[in-house]
Amino acid sequence: MTSATHVEFTLDGQALRVPAGISLAAALAVHRPGCARISVSGEARAPLCGMGICQECRVLVDGKRRLACQTLCQDGMTVDTGTRAGQT
Amino acid sequence: MNSERDVSNTELLIIGAGPAGLAAALAAAPSGAHITVIDDNIAPGGQIWRDGPAAALPAQALRLRESVARCANVRVRCGTRVISVVGANALLLEDAEHGWTQHFTRLILCTGARELLLPFPGWTLPGVTGAGGLQALIKAGLPVRGERIVIAGSGPLLLAAAATARKAGARVLRVAEQASLGNVAAFAAQLRRWPSKAMQALTLADPSYRAGTQLVAAQGRQQVESVQLRQMGRTSTIVCERVASGFGLVPNTQLGQLLGCALSTSKGAAQALKVDALQATSVPGIFAAGECTGVGGAESALVQGRIAGLAAVNETRAAQAFWPERARWKTFAGLLNHHFALDPALRQLPQADTLVCRCEDVTHGALTQCGGWMDAKLHSRCGMGACQGRVCGAAAQFLYGWTPPVPRPPLSPARIATLLGDLADAPKDKP
Repeated sequence: MTSATHVEFTLDGQALRVPAGISLAAALAVHRPGCARISVSGEARAPLCGMGICQECRVLVDGKRRLACQTLCQDGMTVDTGTRAGQT
Repeated sequence: MNSERDVSNTELLIIGAGPAGLAAALAAAPSGAHITVIDDNIAPGGQIWRDGPAAALPAQALRLRESVARCANVRVRCGTRVISVVGANALLLEDAEHGWTQHFTRLILCTGARELLLPFPGWTLPGVTGAGGLQALIKAGLPVRGERIVIAGSGPLLLAAAATARKAGARVLRVAEQASLGNVAAFAAQLRRWPSKAMQALTLADPSYRAGTQLVAAQGRQQVESVQLRQMGRTSTIVCERVASGFGLVPNTQLGQLLGCALSTSKGAAQALKVDALQATSVPGIFAAGECTGVGGAESALVQGRIAGLAAVNETRAAQAFWPERARWKTFAGLLNHHFALDPALRQLPQADTLVCRCEDVTHGALTQCGGWMDAKLHSRCGMGACQGRVCGAAAQFLYGWTPPVPRPPLSPARIATLLGDLADAPKDKP
């Protein structure tokens, strides 16, 4: 359950429980290697710059495109990376 | 569109809540002006004072943040980015929920710097990050306990990243600095002139630190499994889970350029916003401070921010009192840039099939066929993806000598609703 120390949300259809206060880019690493998107030539990509510049960590949060490195993990949010499509 | 929500007004708008932006806000606050500070990150502090569950902020950073928070006339809005310029005194902003037009009387740009990320074989593999990038991700909670990490590139940031990674429980196997041992030692010897920087000299005793060592490639199938380094002509392979690579910093000039601010033209250096003695840009009413005016470190950013904040509220004489301190840190910045200058041999780092533009997946081989940026964009869409050339533009300047493309709106990917709101507001907002 939700507590002050942890938050729970859905990542690519799976429930995830992480320490409160961590960024979504940090949380992606729970499923190593923590990919965020598939590039135009089909490569899996993970967060690179960590500071909102490179756009490699862009994901859908509740249907809106957001940078995972600039998004705090919050209770109840739904995150889709598109990197696990076809696997689930 | 809801005009009450979509239009906002402030006397002094500051872009960036790092050391420069916070110092500017604090210096300008006694004027009583209504001040708004925006930043696209989760918390104030910029990159050097990035907050997070695994961050330990220095006392100076906490004091500055608390002092700004106590100013009733200063509002700090994090998670807010600039999308575009709307007329002479307004910017289109967006946060996680909505977009709006922010009007201002005066503007201070404290947009900081980003890491210079140079392409090398394997750099698109998951597990490769920037060096400052790794530090930022760890502070934000990235778990690295027990991981083997190699840090490579150039500049003091490599050591800072190594310290952060070790504190988080990682095993930093190697810190590879491309500058020669002679240059690194000469830099360290100068540090006693800046006592607050002397601690950095001590960390140079890091047993995993190697000067004159260059990155060759990261290897792995789905993610990083090893890295190759070269020192004095000998190549060695280190098995690791992560490679963090950064080659110094590049000023973030995009917003300034979009506003029409001139760039400084110092030989060979990265483009920076041009400012006068009062930190004023070439555009009346717009000031700039910190790394976006040239990379110089947090102390330099703090004093520049103070000067800009005072100048923006017409406290010219008070601003002048800080000129000697600014000059002192400018000398430090000069040394840093001189001793960690990039070896031209790093231009041989990418192979023909190495991607240079990670947004549009354009290879080094394809770009070497192009005559310049215009040609590259026409033939390959290089630099036209989501990052708008922020990564490949700086890399191409180093690799091919191409002047980075002039930024165009939107500055970062925006939601349609924000852009439509802009169109709806534009007619009545025009002066």
